[in-house]
Amino acid sequence: MKDLITLNVFRYQPEKSKEPTYQEYEIPYHKDWVILDALNYIKDQIDGSLTYRWSCRMGVCGSCGMMVNGKPVLTCATFLESYTPGPIRIEPLENFPVIRDLVIDMSDFLEKLKKVKPWIIRKDVGSEDREYLQTPSQLADYKQYSMCINCMLCYAACPVYGLEPEFIGPAALALAQRYNMDSRDEGKNQRMKALSHDTGIWQCTFVGDCSAVCPKNVDPAGAIQRYKVEGASNWWKTLLLPYASKD
Amino acid sequence: MEGLQTYKRKIGIFWWTKRLSHFRFISRELTSIAVAFIAIELLLLSKAIMNGEESYQAFVQSLTHPILIILNLIALGGILYHSITWFNLAPKAMVIKLGENKVPGFLIALGNYLGWIVISAIIVWSLL
Ligand code: SF4
Ligand code: FES
Repeated sequence: MKDLITLNVFRYQPEKSKEPTYQEYEIPYHKDWVILDALNYIKDQIDGSLTYRWSCRMGVCGSCGMMVNGKPVLTCATFLESYTPGPIRIEPLENFPVIRDLVIDMSDFLEKLKKVKPWIIRKDVGSEDREYLQTPSQLADYKQYSMCINCMLCYAACPVYGLEPEFIGPAALALAQRYNMDSRDEGKNQRMKALSHDTGIWQCTFVGDCSAVCPKNVDPAGAIQRYKVEGASNWWKTLLLPYASKD
Repeated sequence: MEGLQTYKRKIGIFWWTKRLSHFRFISRELTSIAVAFIAIELLLLSKAIMNGEESYQAFVQSLTHPILIILNLIALGGILYHSITWFNLAPKAMVIKLGENKVPGFLIALGNYLGWIVISAIIVWSLL
């Protein structure tokens, strides 16, 4: 007899019901299947109406994040084997509105991302045709933060974002640091202005779960704490030397 | 995406019991009650000292009450938990570069612990 495993999948089909339901699917168990393979099996063989996002199936595109047994993971990088004998509960990423089944609406993040100005800011842009050189050590300063794939696992893990949706959140703050720590960038003060208020860095209470769930070791929690140290020392500086370093 | 009908899930008040990491976080936050307790105790102690020898003795005497001993022990545990978890987190906030290289995280945590020990030693020494 073939081994089977049960998936308990969150369903939200607004045209059918205003409330979500859970649907059980029994599927063949393969040791080398990831959760995404199981969902694809359901979609192809059992129920074509099941809706979810995926693309690269190799941990690069960041679109297949879901809650598996209550924990945010990339479903293309998470094996069924880790959850045997099952059943396995699959839900859309927490803290986001659900559009349909396992698909969440991340437009809130996209709005917030714009606020942190995630691009290189320079005063001399366009003034001169030149290269901006960078040493390997200068690259290493921000490289970790540039690995983010916008998978939103960190937002799903962050209770502060869940409770205070105004909070800019882990990935956007890590991306702000990605540019702040880039030796070619000159936009640090502009970003600090946008982020040093309540809903920026200070709402983070350092739960640390964002870093624990991040599949790319971006360590957003660390990025935010470094931001706080800097924000606090800037505050002292402007208090003690109000006329220095304005731009 | 305006006009899109979405389903918003609610967060229950017991959200922090669902994941170990969240539970640990809330316990760390709760240890601030222990900090507040000790701070109040210290304030009362200073007040007793200002009121003279007699009130100081009475205050010290009242601290020997078993309930207060237990409360103080719980507070000590809470504060130790708070400090240790805090120092272990310090390397995340402080990234120090010496020349081309990053100072490893454990050295930064160690520096915090050493600072803690030195300051505690100075306090103990000044009391003796
Ligand atoms: S910081 Fe990590 S968990 Fe958050 S969106 Fe980027 S890759 Fe995903
Ligand atoms: S499908 Fe692209 S990250 Fe999982």
